[in-house]
Amino acid sequence: MDNLLVILIDGLVYSSWLFIVAAGLTLVYGVMKILNMAHGSLYAIGAYTAASLVGWYFNGGYPPWGSFALFIGGAVLAGMLTGLLIERGLLRWMYGRDEVVMILVTYGVLLILEDATKLLWGVDAYFAYQPYGLLGRVKLRGITFTVYDLMLIAVAGLVGFALWYALNRTRQGKLLRAVIHDREVSLAMGINVNRVFIVTFVIGSALGALAGGVTAPALSVAPGIGIEIIILAFAVVVIGGLGSVGGAAVGALLVGICRAVAVHTYPQFELFVIYGVMAAVLAVRPQGLFITAAARKI
Amino acid sequence: MVCRRSTNRLKVSWHSVLVASLLVALIGAVNPAPAQAEGETFSLGLVTFLSGGAAGPFGIPARNAAELVVEAINAGTLPAPYNTKGVAGLTIDPTVIDEAGGGTKQVGEFRNLAQRKNVDAVIGYISSGDCLAIAPVAEELGVLTIFFDCGTPRIFEDSSFKYVFRTGPTSTMDNVGAARYVLDLNPGLKSVAGINQNYAWGQDSWNDFRDSLQALKPGVEIKTEQFPKIYAGQYGSEISALMVNKPEVIHSSFWGGDMEGLVLQGAARGLFDDHKGVFTCGETAMFRLSDQIAEGAIIGGRGPFGVYAPDNALNQWFRKSYIDRFGTPPTYPSYKMAQALLGLKAAADKAAAAKNGKPNKDEIAAALTGLEFEAPSGTVRMALGKGHQAVQEMVYGQYTYKNNKPEVYNVKRYPAECVNPPDGVTSSEWIKSSLKQTMCK
Repeated sequence: MDNLLVILIDGLVYSSWLFIVAAGLTLVYGVMKILNMAHGSLYAIGAYTAASLVGWYFNGGYPPWGSFALFIGGAVLAGMLTGLLIERGLLRWMYGRDEVVMILVTYGVLLILEDATKLLWGVDAYFAYQPYGLLGRVKLRGITFTVYDLMLIAVAGLVGFALWYALNRTRQGKLLRAVIHDREVSLAMGINVNRVFIVTFVIGSALGALAGGVTAPALSVAPGIGIEIIILAFAVVVIGGLGSVGGAAVGALLVGICRAVAVHTYPQFELFVIYGVMAAVLAVRPQGLFITAAARKI
Repeated sequence: MVCRRSTNRLKVSWHSVLVASLLVALIGAVNPAPAQAEGETFSLGLVTFLSGGAAGPFGIPARNAAELVVEAINAGTLPAPYNTKGVAGLTIDPTVIDEAGGGTKQVGEFRNLAQRKNVDAVIGYISSGDCLAIAPVAEELGVLTIFFDCGTPRIFEDSSFKYVFRTGPTSTMDNVGAARYVLDLNPGLKSVAGINQNYAWGQDSWNDFRDSLQALKPGVEIKTEQFPKIYAGQYGSEISALMVNKPEVIHSSFWGGDMEGLVLQGAARGLFDDHKGVFTCGETAMFRLSDQIAEGAIIGGRGPFGVYAPDNALNQWFRKSYIDRFGTPPTYPSYKMAQALLGLKAAADKAAAAKNGKPNKDEIAAALTGLEFEAPSGTVRMALGKGHQAVQEMVYGQYTYKNNKPEVYNVKRYPAECVNPPDGVTSSEWIKSSLKQTMCK
């Protein structure tokens, strides 16, 4: 029973991290039908920005608590600016192309951003660990957890609630849902689809960078971290159904909990379990858990 | 009519000649003549991580060392016995290649070095996976190849080569040494656990450590064996699993960013305060995460490198030159790169002296086989793998940051013979059958 609680907490922490990464990816796909391969690079840009800001802030000897607003805000801002640059500078010229073409385009963006981060930050690792221990530790059933990790659950909950509220309870959200359902009819009804695209891509990018920013204090921030995460994020959104934010939440929970169970009981299955869950879900529901099969428009 | 035709033919043939000449010129530019033909330089391919998670802690320090040592070899400014210019009198002309991208990409890069650049030798490879992929290709192409850092013992245990060498020790001695050190520190040890990456390096390392412990002290309980994916980054669940199982000692062969992530996350949760951590590659983090490594953690440097290097003239020169140029002390990847370059120089100079002229690859390979040479880390003996695999002593110590300076104490040195199998015996066989009877003098 003691172990069950520990497994649950581990699973929730990991799921929260996965959800924050995957939410932006699935939102962009849902609205724009772009499977954004560069999402991992936005995660990396968020992590690097956060690490640089933390380093600068603590070297300056400022009050430690102020670092949270700075590195999280800085990461989100960096993500928004990069997202805006990608959308205005490249993607807007590509709308209407085949989904596969868009995958290749965003893959190109990923390669460019990977090199750009090396150019800006070099290849040596950055550390931003000071905020990680700042919130202290708690002991649950004899096992020590950092409050920072537990706060990730709250951050993921907040992101999930904000997305749900924005999509379901605001006028802008209704416009966005209309675009998700049918882009052409939305355009005919006078919705400024281009503006919806810009806003969506910038929010999606900001979420990717936020994930990188909040993870940076626990990591060695080095080139390649964005590539690793994108594979996991894809697995999560595919399980939930491409384009479904709720699906991403359930997908992240499934993966996170199953992974934690594997680590605690059969560690050798840890590598297999994420893709095992994905294969099992896709075998039963090829379109993912939260997407209903729809007739293809001709 | 006939005449006109032949004029046309002539025109076509002139065009063909022109195009062919351009192509030849182009091919010539892309595929320069072998360096050896010029008779002045020794073309050397250097492969190390310049990007990715392994670049910062491993690849770049190795590249820095290569830059420093190649420059000194070419200028003839190294201390004795390397105080002659060049390798076999030839100036080294290095080509540096990024190791990132995996085994398949590296095989392609190696073929480029061998067949387009026509290098005289290649020194490189940090990843065990890359070494396993490159070794047969190097042999097939007949390119003198020296692995400087990768650790898997399988390379020379499963096959034998003519042109492939490794001047750094295998991972076997890291883990046999770690097991011996842990038991020397705590003879009453009851339980251990492991967290190692889920690929050749991590699995081999854990198997060697676990089997050594069980051979030296039967009955030590294995609490849990964690194998997260390489570059996973997040180890929250694994740390919880380790805490739940309450082992006395936690073994990890993590390296690079993964090791640094584990150190950071473990420190924040106090994992290594209650359970003694053994980091076989921990030395690279000593100066990067000085205030995060737990007091008393057992730190290895994959041999007598870095803080464990002996006080000899070569080490004094290397350490001072490295700090002067790069502003930080050299860690073990730097030492191992320097070692490979010195091994090559020692062999090439020996072959040149025997021949009284420029040696070819077969003569250098023959000279390097079974060679004993000096390095900043002390004496290196090519004693395993039919003279192709180096052995050295193994060193472990405990970490402290009490004086606001990263240091090691309780340093213990194990002679090569008590942490390496004899030639012709595989590591796993030796650990299981003879390790207990092998005395450390």
